[in-house]
Amino acid sequence: MKKGMKWLAVLGVLTMIAAACGSTDDNGGGGGGGGGGGEETLTPTITYDAIGDTEGALSLIAWNGYTEDGSVDPAFDWVTPFEDETGCDVTVKYADSSDEMVTLMRQGDGSVYDGVSASGDASNRLIVGGDVGAIDTSLFPALADVIAPIQPETGTNTSHYVVDGAVYGVPYMYGPNFLMYNTEVVSPAPTSWDITFEPELNGAPNPYAGKLTAYDSAIFIADAAMYLMAHNPDLGITDPYELTQEQLDAAAELLKGQSAMIGKYWALYTDEIDGFVDGSMVAGTAWPVNLSYAEADAPVDQVVPSEGVTGWADTWMISANAAHPNCMLKWMDYTLRPDVQAQVAYWYGAAGSNTKSCDALRDVLGKKFADLVDTVRYGNCGNADFLNAIYVWKTPEANCHDDRGDVCMDYSVWQQKWTEVRGA
Amino acid sequence: MGSVTAERTRGSVSMRVSRFFFRHPHGRLGVLLGGPLAWFLIVYFGSLFVLFLSAFWGVDVFTSEIVRNWGFQNFKTLWETDVYRTIALRTIGLAAAVTITDIVLAFPLAYYAARMATPRRRNMILVAVIVPLWANYLVRVFSWKLILSPTGLLNWTVETLGIGSLQIANSGWAIWLTFSYLWLPFTLLPIYGALERISPSFLEASGDLGARGWMTFRRVVFPLIIPGIVAGSIFSFSLTLGDYIVPSLVGNTKFIGNVIYDNVGVANNVPFAAAYALVPVAVMAIYLLIAKRLGAFEAL
Amino acid sequence: MESRTARFMIRFGSVVALLFLYIPLVIVVLYAFNNSIGQKWPISSFTTKYFGLAWRSPDLREALINSLMIASVATLLALLLGSAAAFAVHRYRFFGRNSVSLMLVLPITLPGIVTAIALNSSFNTFGISLGLMTIMIGHATFCIVVVYNNVIARLRRTPTSFVEASQDLGADGWQTFRYVTFPAIRTALVAGALLAFALSFDEIIVTNFVAGTQLTIPKFIFNNLRQPRNRPIVNVVAVVAMVVMIVPVIIAQRLAGGAQAVGATRGGDVATPAEPAGGP
Repeated sequence: MKKGMKWLAVLGVLTMIAAACGSTDDNGGGGGGGGGGGEETLTPTITYDAIGDTEGALSLIAWNGYTEDGSVDPAFDWVTPFEDETGCDVTVKYADSSDEMVTLMRQGDGSVYDGVSASGDASNRLIVGGDVGAIDTSLFPALADVIAPIQPETGTNTSHYVVDGAVYGVPYMYGPNFLMYNTEVVSPAPTSWDITFEPELNGAPNPYAGKLTAYDSAIFIADAAMYLMAHNPDLGITDPYELTQEQLDAAAELLKGQSAMIGKYWALYTDEIDGFVDGSMVAGTAWPVNLSYAEADAPVDQVVPSEGVTGWADTWMISANAAHPNCMLKWMDYTLRPDVQAQVAYWYGAAGSNTKSCDALRDVLGKKFADLVDTVRYGNCGNADFLNAIYVWKTPEANCHDDRGDVCMDYSVWQQKWTEVRGA
Repeated sequence: MGSVTAERTRGSVSMRVSRFFFRHPHGRLGVLLGGPLAWFLIVYFGSLFVLFLSAFWGVDVFTSEIVRNWGFQNFKTLWETDVYRTIALRTIGLAAAVTITDIVLAFPLAYYAARMATPRRRNMILVAVIVPLWANYLVRVFSWKLILSPTGLLNWTVETLGIGSLQIANSGWAIWLTFSYLWLPFTLLPIYGALERISPSFLEASGDLGARGWMTFRRVVFPLIIPGIVAGSIFSFSLTLGDYIVPSLVGNTKFIGNVIYDNVGVANNVPFAAAYALVPVAVMAIYLLIAKRLGAFEAL
Repeated sequence: MESRTARFMIRFGSVVALLFLYIPLVIVVLYAFNNSIGQKWPISSFTTKYFGLAWRSPDLREALINSLMIASVATLLALLLGSAAAFAVHRYRFFGRNSVSLMLVLPITLPGIVTAIALNSSFNTFGISLGLMTIMIGHATFCIVVVYNNVIARLRRTPTSFVEASQDLGADGWQTFRYVTFPAIRTALVAGALLAFALSFDEIIVTNFVAGTQLTIPKFIFNNLRQPRNRPIVNVVAVVAMVVMIVPVIIAQRLAGGAQAVGATRGGDVATPAEPAGGP
């Protein structure tokens, strides 16, 4: 290639761009900050303490099934009544993983979406990143009815949305990632996760190999760690989200062994629904909403295996830079109502954070099915012990939050490990 | 068109502008080239530059903010962790397989359209090849998912015929089939173009010199259409190399596109994705250099 | 000229290729009428209700308007800049000419995801909010390439003697363009525009990264593929798009194929010289 004036011009343009890159150091400055859950107190970017006039629109990020507006099934619609009541026109962006939610929430410095139904593996990243605002709990009297472990002021299990005394949202629904299985193919009915993890069962090769499924996200490593807690206690795993390098490697080994038996990992929830309906999947971890859809067309059932379950306790969080803050605050208030949470629970299969929603759900189900409210079918609604037993999604950090210090693996290492498991 | 010259006077504006540009050909070039060049430099190369600059940076683990700590850490990770090499090789292998499949599939139809069909049939075939491109890409991928599913058309046909069952859903075969299907029109059209440009006199001359069908093909036709074949292959190769949608919809394995997508849209680690994106860029750069040598750029 | 076996093999191969191209399309059409929730084959019951649902869907309407707007703007920009570039490269020798012609095909030869994350990263760095304009910018970039390819292919087949003759006859630059050059490339412009429009209309890979919250038809389809209940709507969209475009494609093919206007060599151009619609 001949060097010419053209190349000098090109170089000149590129240098100018590079200079611009170097100087416009936006996104609130690089690193440092909240890396690894440091011990300095975190002050909220903004605290919402009043609800003013609504803005006419609301833009949410949500899990599929959390914001039904009648377009899927006309009988299930809790969005339209909200729109009628507040005049806030709701648009929803559905995400398939917490990672995606974090990325979306940060778009446009938080001005694109007003709120997100954040699980514990997204919420802390958003809090530390200053992407979500704190709220004044007096705005939401219904918070007093929230199930005890996730009560903002007195709960024992609130670290995913209450940090250094500031409350960053209102609890919405919670539930387990249970084991879903095809009742006609998988027999006897499973009681352990071993049918999904062990290449050999009772001395013979796993009969379900090739038809198993698992959640395609790095957070699934916690499920493997939870399995090892029960089956390999020498590793000393105490919390499936607080893993040392050695423990993480062991979990990854288990997952690599599992991947040979996986027909397809489900990244979209519809992947799992389709899989169970067309018979290409017979057992695997599932969200309650997947079961709700699949059971219409396939003989499926769920179980909480002996090793336990991971799960999620989701919180509606409001952007620190929300374009429609009042609509969002009204939404947060609306979704705490027992009747609203009962509808969601009925559709999704999760449990509402408001304990009064369990009775409302019993009314919705009618006398014939009211007892199901106390089973895992609806997340054992109102049962605090069950909630405490779920290993809810949390963001893995370097700080082990116990006497081991800072030797745990943070989420970026988990993501690398997951790529190794999936890419092999 | 008649009285054009009669109306023009020496001093009219258009005449003066024309004369200016006639005397200053570089001015004309500047006007013509200025717009596209500016667009490409600023929008395209500018953004590529920004991207590849960030390959040398990192991200803050907790906040996903980009940290400008210059260094080769991303490349080090890519080199030291085997899985990235596996994925890259797997993707390149698949791209090659899809390209070869498409060339083999496309050739008969291209030849028929170019040299054996009546003009009416030829137009019909060309329309028939292009119309599928208007049925949305995602929908066509999804229809393959339906066809290959255990309850889909393929397995049903095989089972109805009584020859067992063919369950290739979510396998490498499914991905290969789908990619071959999607890019077939793009491979076919340049091959058609090349075949069609061969003047009949070449073939007559070859016949006059005593060559029979296969010899004529091997010695005359084939060398003449190599640029067209390579041009078509550029698309099937490059499109397969970077795609992330087909593997996630019909398959279960990760390819280069998936790793990049996962790192940007999900893990929010743009620097790492940028570093890995250099792999397909490098591969395509080499491919394009070879293609240019083979004359493919005139046959695009 | 070809032997009998060769002719048979070619015909056989052609049929295989055509079947391969069209069986999945038949599936697309059939499943637009699928009435059962499961996506089994064979389809047990048929319905036309999804056509009605699609017609009434406000999201689809918004997506359609956005997609049409974006495609129009991108195509227009592509026509202007692409043909300008083609003229420049074809008619003039200048420093870096080879590099420019290489540069102008890069957007469609480099994998789309690279372009996508590059644009996304730049827009974020410079604080440009993602929306309709960023989509247009992204689409225009590869649409320019498409038009450029078509026009330069046609220019290479157009004898320059015609232009010289026109100037000898006293026409100024504008007249030469209007009466000699433009008719020669007109059908290449139509073909290029049609292809650019198709690419932009169907684009998902780059759009996913630069659209922000804006809906386009491919994004609408992408979203709806994740709704287990309303999948046939996307089939309806595909079927309608195909049917609507059959006539324009036929016309464009007739125009491009029949362009013998300026002494082009036997056969003329194809309406759509190689361009990836699937997602550059």
